[in-house]
Amino acid sequence: MLLTLLAATGFALLRIRNLFAVVMLAGVYSLLSAGLFTVMDAVDVAFTEAAVGAGISTVLFLGALALCGHHESKPGHTPLLPLFVVCLTGAALVYGTMDMPGFGEASNPVHHHVADHYLEESYGEIGIPNVVTSVLASYRGYDTMGETTVVFAAAVGVMILLVGGARARRARGGGEG
Amino acid sequence: MREEIIVRVGAKVLAPFIIMFALYVHFHGDYSPGGGFQAGVILAAAFALLALVYGLEEVQRVLPPWFVRGCAALGVVIFAGVGVVTMLLGHNYLAYNALAPDPTHPEHGQHYGILLVELGVLVTVFGVMATVFYLFAGRKGQAS
Repeated sequence: MLLTLLAATGFALLRIRNLFAVVMLAGVYSLLSAGLFTVMDAVDVAFTEAAVGAGISTVLFLGALALCGHHESKPGHTPLLPLFVVCLTGAALVYGTMDMPGFGEASNPVHHHVADHYLEESYGEIGIPNVVTSVLASYRGYDTMGETTVVFAAAVGVMILLVGGARARRARGGGEG
Repeated sequence: MREEIIVRVGAKVLAPFIIMFALYVHFHGDYSPGGGFQAGVILAAAFALLALVYGLEEVQRVLPPWFVRGCAALGVVIFAGVGVVTMLLGHNYLAYNALAPDPTHPEHGQHYGILLVELGVLVTVFGVMATVFYLFAGRKGQAS
């Protein structure tokens, strides 16, 4: 059911040329994905998806819309080559899944390497019930620090692009950014 | 939108609860889904809501751009600083057991460590989201 709605939203996203509707549909898409994650018991991921995908990024898209107008112009090329590339990539991905172990099987390697240890020992070692948090912040603390730094670096990048560009234009005596 | 009284009052009533919810998501992250990242995003979303309804200038009077920029950097410093503190206490980098007040229960340190580290994540994510939002919302449109 959720997947059907996801697919329907995806097609609507492709067809609609009014960017305001597209932004709203993208939010709907994120919310549906969040529902899907909840159904699959990945509540932390669902939470993030709902907050970032449906919340903040919709606002940022709206901000971008205010800058660039509400209507998408028609593409000037035929869709055949992109369609071919997409089909080829999809076929390659489906072919790749042939080698994967069965979905959700208890004997899959992903459930055994370190996951057993985390699930069985983390309450004794870390003492908090949410295993996701103890893996994220303690066992994988270095990774999370790297992620935090990456988020910070992304902000620095945006600042350089937007603030720096506006300042350079002003220095050249051009119009306001 | 700024003249719509329902939207104005609604946003004003909701904002404190959203901010409170962000703090709950952070401090309750040990027991329920959530953590610093989600909390930071929710916190930034609260101020984005206020900015959409009341205008960017009003929000920037409360939360100036230099402050949120500082937040973005401060969070990374908090996270890395926790690691430095555990090193100074004679353990490995980011080994939170060092933070335990009672050495016979080293796992208590994990609580403090995780909470502090997630606080760093919260501050950075909030600062970054607010900075990016300010930059996008503060630009003048070229087309309409």
